Parts: sequence; C-alpha cells; structure tokens
Amino acid sequence: MKWEHVSAIAGADLRRLFKSKDYWIPLLIMASLFFVFIPLILLTVIGQVEGTPFVDQITSVVGNLPERVNEVARGETPLARASYIAAVFLLAPIAIIVPVTISAAVGSNAIVGERERGTGEFLAHSPVTMKELYVGKLIASLVPGFLALIVGFSAYSLVVNLTVGPELGGWFFPTIGWVVLILWVIPPFIAVALTVILRISARVRSAASAQQASSLVTLPVIMLSYAVSVSVVVSPGRSSFLIGAVSWIVAILLSIRGAKKLRRERLLGVASET
Amino acid sequence: MEFAIRFGSVSKSFGAIRAVDALEFEAPTGAVTVLLGPNGAGKTTTVRLATGALVADRGDIEVLGLHPKVDGDEVRRRVGIVPPKPAFYDQLTGWENLRFAARIFGASESSALDAAERFEIDHALLQEVGGYSTGMRTRLALARSVIHDPEVLLLDEPTAGLDPESSRKVLELIRELAGRGRTIVLCTHLLHEAEGIADQIVLMSDGHARVSGSPEELTGRYLADPVVLFDAEDRATLDSIADRRGVVSVSWNGAVHATLSDHGTLPDLIADLVTDGVRLTRVEPITPSLEELYFAMQRSDPEESS
Repeated sequence: MKWEHVSAIAGADLRRLFKSKDYWIPLLIMASLFFVFIPLILLTVIGQVEGTPFVDQITSVVGNLPERVNEVARGETPLARASYIAAVFLLAPIAIIVPVTISAAVGSNAIVGERERGTGEFLAHSPVTMKELYVGKLIASLVPGFLALIVGFSAYSLVVNLTVGPELGGWFFPTIGWVVLILWVIPPFIAVALTVILRISARVRSAASAQQASSLVTLPVIMLSYAVSVSVVVSPGRSSFLIGAVSWIVAILLSIRGAKKLRRERLLGVASET
Repeated sequence: MEFAIRFGSVSKSFGAIRAVDALEFEAPTGAVTVLLGPNGAGKTTTVRLATGALVADRGDIEVLGLHPKVDGDEVRRRVGIVPPKPAFYDQLTGWENLRFAARIFGASESSALDAAERFEIDHALLQEVGGYSTGMRTRLALARSVIHDPEVLLLDEPTAGLDPESSRKVLELIRELAGRGRTIVLCTHLLHEAEGIADQIVLMSDGHARVSGSPEELTGRYLADPVVLFDAEDRATLDSIADRRGVVSVSWNGAVHATLSDHGTLPDLIADLVTDGVRLTRVEPITPSLEELYFAMQRSDPEESS
C-alpha cells in the first residue's frame, strides 16, 4: 500500500471539506450546541437553583442512581453531588453522538460522492488500489469526527470546570474515566460505524440514500456506545480497556473486510452507461 | 506492426445489456486509432476495459503487453485518459486538482505545471475549478491526462460540449501529442473530428467492431472507384462525359464529379476531352470524406448497421 496515495486521497477530501462552509458550519453549530451550550445552560441552572423543587428532584434521582455512581460522585452537598453527576455521568453520551454524526455525514458521501460528481472515473482509471482508496476515505471521514471529539471535549472540560469546579473546590475534569472514554473507547466506535457506512456509500446509487442508510447505522452505534460510555466513566478499570481493545479489533477487521469488498466499478456509474 | 492495445473477442455485459460483444481490434503503437460509432456503441466501455476499470466477462485484452485484469495498476500507471465529461473536485483550484493527480501518478509538481502550460490552462490554475468553462475543464483534463507522460492516451469524446474554436484547439493538441509518438485512442461519434487525424479507424456499433483499418484501406475497400472532379470554361461541353470509356457514373455539383472504373483511365479521358475541344479548367482527384466512407461502410452491411 502506497501511503502517498492514501495521503493524497484523504488530503483532497479534507481540503474540500474545509472549503465547503455549507457542509461544516452546520456540523460546527451542532458540536457547539452539544459540547458547549447545552452543558453550559444545564450545569449553570443546576448551580443556581438551590432550594427549589428542581434540585429536590435531582437529589432524589441521585439517591436512586446505582450505588457505584454515588460512591464515586464527589461533592459535600446534594447540589454539588448533583452537579458532579450531571457533568461527569449524564452528559457522557454527547461525547459519542457528535463525532459519530460528523464522521457519518462525511463518510456516507465518501464513495457515492465520487461517483455522483464523476471524479470516481479518474480514480477508477488511476493506479490507486481499492485498499488505498478505502483507507484514504476512512481517514478523511475519521479525522473530522476525531477533531470534533478532541476540540469539543476540551471545550466541554472548560465549561464543566468553570461551572461545577467552584462547587467542588477547583478544577476536577476530565476524570480518568473520561480520558479513557475519549482516547481509547470512542475512536474505535466511530471507526466501526464508518466501516459500515463506507460499505453503504459504495453500494447505494445516491448520496441522499447513503445518508438515510447511514442514520440507521449510527443510531444503534450511539445506543450501544451510550451504555458503554456510562459504564466506562463510572468504572474506568480493566473492563474499559478490554472494551476499547475489542472495539479496535472489530474496527480493524471490518476495515480489512471493507477494503477487500470495494470494487473499482463502484466508482463508475456502469449500470446505466455503455 | 506492434500493437499498444489488442482486444481479442472481448465481451462485457451489464445485466441484460451487452455493452461490448466479441469486440476485436488492435491499436498500433504510435498511431491515432479512432473508435467511431454512434452513442451506445460501446466506446466508453471499451476504454474502461482497456484500463482495467472494468473487467471483461470474456475475451483477452492486452495493453502495452500487459493484461489489465492482472496488471491493472501497472497499465493505469502507463495510460492517460480523458473521460467524456471530465470531472474535478470543484471546490479545489485547478492547481490543487493537478497536484492531486500528480501525487496519484507519482509525477512531480513541475511536470504538472508543464502540462498546464502545454494545454494553456496555467493562467487559471489558482481559480476554483467550479468556475471553469467547459473548454477550460477539457484543457485541464487533457493536462491531467499527460501529467505522468503516458505511453497510451485514451480520449473519450474529448470535444463533447465544446465550441468549434475550443474543439479545433483540442484536436490540434491531439495531433501534437500524436506527433510526439504517443499511442492515441480517440472515441468519437463525430465524423469530422476523426477526419485527418485517424491513422486507423474502428467502426463500432452494438458493442462490436464492424470494420477496421487505415482510412486508405477502408477507402479502397468501400469506395474503390476513384472520383475525379472536372470543370471547364463551358460546362455544357462536359455533358458527354458520362458516355465516355472508363466513366462509371457522373454527378453534378457545380462541377462534374465523375466516378471512374480505375485511376488508369484518367489520362485517356483527359486526352479525349481535350481532343474534342473541351477546355478544362480543373481536374482534381477527390479524396472521399470520412462521412462518405462511414456511410459507404454502413451501406455495405445494412443488417449489422440496423
């Protein structure tokens, strides 16, 4: 495999994406909403409503959470504990929703887009192997999701520390569980979703169909990762590393299979042309 | 004669549609071979099979001594192509598109720039391709196709959608490339495009090659009787030409177009006309146009052409 080819394909896709404001501005808005504005509003409200029925409800919810959650939750007062739990446990799924959605949006268009634009004709007649093309497209789809994950997570950490930190006596975020989640568990989940999405992108007739089918794939991935992410942030132990390792293996195996399945004629609109 | 491309009884179907059907032809090295045929004749599929972008269902294909099915990457490294509707990444500039192609083909940036200069698109390289005219896109596609100095160039309807001026330029550029010894396969349904450029013509219809050969060979085969134009000071004196020895038929098109039984009868015919007082002002052998040849070939095998 020639990495020059992989890098050229991934680079061209990322450059196009960067230049397409219509494409990335909505994704940026979505990432800002999930990583900054919603947590900021939620955590600020929790911190400002002491003594109201709302806090009583949260306190009651906290009391009913699994024992393990209450064991690891920090904070001297019910309000501080409620803020901690909201910041550390309740908002964990956002870490997967945003990057998976972004990567899925890019990946679903990756191969069918080449065919629709006609640029697939050039690639089909070029010395690029289908393995190189697949890996290039995978990287080009992963990078925006990873970037959103890292930047969004940094912004989220800032929001959490600024809003909840004073209640807990200083900056406390990210926790070990979140670091494991962000660096070890979520990336392979995104990769697994993308391996399926790229196969869909290679098979369907239009980008619109690819996007619809991709949303069907991302939904179960998000649901599965929701359960996993809560588990990881609550108990970031050996099982978390195991979950991450298994996810990476699955992602790699699916990538190898996806690369083998990609056919050169998929880049051409051969069914209707002679 | 060496052949850069050889198709031996190649077939390719898409479902129930047989796009290429037992296609046989050879494209000589260093020559311009024109695949001539109407839309749907199988020209584009032929090009795609030649690079290995598509795999044939049956038959044998050789390109530069290699088999695209097995050595596809090597074939594609040594072949350049201009597709019928050249497509680019529209958000990227012309230069970014060319540099991308250079990286894919392992060519240097300087060769990308040289190619752009050769096809006179260098002035627009910093513009986004989305703003290019059809002519500019074609020239960029031509530049992209030669960026790696390919031994074989496959041009699939390269003048489609171009204005006459741009078409003429593209054909001049093809002549220039042919002059440099490149093997060129030009797919077209436009007879005038192939005129004067083809060393070898392959007439395609319904996915197979009906006839092939050099224009001279095909003319000899399908328009064997020479046609000579006669004109005189007094055109009425040419009325009797149809009755003279060696003249097969006559048509009037301003002057007289006389079809002769063979070239050898021409000196005697001229001598007879002069002896009979015809004051000739013009005697000119007519080279049949490709269009005449095309229709003569079609007439010769009406079953196939239908």
